[in-house]
Amino acid sequence: MKTKYLKTSAAIAGIVLGLAASGTAWAQDAVNLRMTIWSANEAHLAMFNEIAEGFKATHPNVTVSFEPLPFDSYTTTLTTQIAGGNPPDLAWILETTAADFVNSGALAPLSDAFAATEGYDIADVSEKATALWTRDGQLYAYPFSTSPFALFVNNDVITAAGAKTPAELIASGEWTWDNAFATAATVGQSGKTGLVVRDFKYQVWQNLASIWNGWGATPWSEDGKTCTFADQPMVDAMTAIHKAIFTDKAMPGPGEDIDFFAGETGMTITQISRASLLPTENPFDWDLVPLPAGPVGEYAVVGQAGVGAFAAGANVDTAVAFLAYMTNPENSQKLAQFFPPARASLLNAETLAATNPLLSAEQIDNVVISGISNGVVLPGHTNFAQIQQTIRASLDSLWVADADVAAVLGNVCSSVSPLLAR
Amino acid sequence: MSLAETPQKRPFWTMARRDAAAGYVFIAPQLIGIIAFVLVPLGLVFWYSLHEWNVLASTFNYVGAANYQMLLADPNLPSVLWASAVFSVGLVILNMSLALLLAVLLDQKLRGLVVFRTLFFSPVVVSLVAWTIVWSFLLQNNGGINGLLAMLGIEGPNWLRNPATAMVSVVVVQVFKNVGLNMVLFLAALQGVPKELYEAARVDGAGRFKQFRRITLPLISPTILLTSIITVVGSLQVFAQIAVLTQGGPGMSTTVLVYYLYQQAFQFHFFGYGSTLSILLFVIVAALTFAQWQLRKRIVFYEN
Repeated sequence: MKTKYLKTSAAIAGIVLGLAASGTAWAQDAVNLRMTIWSANEAHLAMFNEIAEGFKATHPNVTVSFEPLPFDSYTTTLTTQIAGGNPPDLAWILETTAADFVNSGALAPLSDAFAATEGYDIADVSEKATALWTRDGQLYAYPFSTSPFALFVNNDVITAAGAKTPAELIASGEWTWDNAFATAATVGQSGKTGLVVRDFKYQVWQNLASIWNGWGATPWSEDGKTCTFADQPMVDAMTAIHKAIFTDKAMPGPGEDIDFFAGETGMTITQISRASLLPTENPFDWDLVPLPAGPVGEYAVVGQAGVGAFAAGANVDTAVAFLAYMTNPENSQKLAQFFPPARASLLNAETLAATNPLLSAEQIDNVVISGISNGVVLPGHTNFAQIQQTIRASLDSLWVADADVAAVLGNVCSSVSPLLAR
Repeated sequence: MSLAETPQKRPFWTMARRDAAAGYVFIAPQLIGIIAFVLVPLGLVFWYSLHEWNVLASTFNYVGAANYQMLLADPNLPSVLWASAVFSVGLVILNMSLALLLAVLLDQKLRGLVVFRTLFFSPVVVSLVAWTIVWSFLLQNNGGINGLLAMLGIEGPNWLRNPATAMVSVVVVQVFKNVGLNMVLFLAALQGVPKELYEAARVDGAGRFKQFRRITLPLISPTILLTSIITVVGSLQVFAQIAVLTQGGPGMSTTVLVYYLYQQAFQFHFFGYGSTLSILLFVIVAALTFAQWQLRKRIVFYEN
């Protein structure tokens, strides 16, 4: 009886150990990288998968899967995955939370790996583009998308309202915020919507940087320690925005959900990557123009997205190697069809026109290249989520008709200053 | 050795042990579920509340009572607790009175009652987020509700952007969502009240209101206690409605405790402090449930 048990146990142990041993061998060979992204766009996914397939030529054991997460809760979901012990190997990171990820030590350093990659040419990537993602001279995430804010225009709606189109204003050298708001107000009085700051929704106030930068306004000082919301440039900019909303009806009020691409709005401020939303059925006469000049003159604002590899991941070196491959000159050109590149060699009308067929050469020159070259990145800060929420709560009292702009902005600084000073 | 001296070996599987084992087997799934998904997380949350947990930097440091001291000094906490109290009181009063009213109406022998019961109960089974998104469109400034009011010549407020109406809007959306559940419970209780009691009361000259106050309310008071506990506990756990409709605004006017702890833990990445807020929520829910349970001796009528 005992002999029978022994034999059975030995047989089972042999099978289990054999499977375990072969499993170990598989684990050594196969590497599955996971990268979180915030786009579920099929064309984007197809391009990423194509790049991942290309990586197999030199790394046949590596598979990369892309995991789209909803944009609105992207960072929350990502940090929850990290807290739950299930971090991805690589992730897109928003410019506003760049400081949190870069300064925390969560991301693996990239500079040495990129320098060691043949043909990478890191010098081609401008310092301006990498500034947000660099700490102590070391790059922690690659800014694969530098997307300028611009105005999409519905010329049909504007001319029907009897206003001057932005193209006409640009031609006559009158493309200023005063005139842009005037055009939007005329459209607003015609029963349509004048101007929408896309994704702002009276919550995402940092998107208003696309307007207030024209007044030279900033939310905090360059070192991030001092609130500048109550300074005169911001008071002037917010007064102009408030007037446009509540007096001139140039912009939709709080609680009104308007989509420019549905065709009922004169203008919208958004990033150029939104061109894919332009309607193919019932198209309208659209244009893409740079942001109007403010009191401080012409300016540009960009949104950035970086990709980083997590330092605590199980396959950090492979993840960094994949990132080096994904952002090399050849693949950067592929990425440029959706995400404006940080590489100087790709910032030319020929490359961008080939990858952005919807845009004219003039639009690419005036909006994309000029925007990327001169643009200031949206405001970000360490501990941005808490700062964002605190300012949002204080700014809510600005979005009523009889608000005292200066007083509200003073309250914003009172509430956020302790957080900035940390 | 005689037979009488032989020690009697007691069988291990006695009837009592078999019954006990069967009992444990039957409750095992529930018990394992409670341990795995209630008790262990509860213990972990308490453990986390004693730590400063920086997810991005992968640090997890013991800080003792620091998070609890932070809780006591948190300048936002009074307004958060006030918002939670306003929501809970508003919801409980509105939900239970409306549920009772609907139950009394539907307890009448009228035509089409099944249709009305289904109509009022159907929101209970609708997805909460879908329900709230629909209401967010109806309540926006240029939405359906204000469109209807405009047809009547009334200029409606900006429901979700006005501090005076935002909380009311969230409460009403939640009441319409869940009133059907309490209504069905009340209806079942009402149908259990012996009809002869009403006949006797009528003979004694009691009016309809007196019958309701002296017969109906005492006899359905166990259900009132049950629904009040469910509604109070549920009201303190409101999250999706706030997240979809107001994101805690305008200002902090609709930032209730669960939404605030979500912000602290998942948006601001202060998992330790978020856990401390969870403990506070647990204490509040436990205290309110205990108080309601104690009140049953005074306000609940048991036939025995």
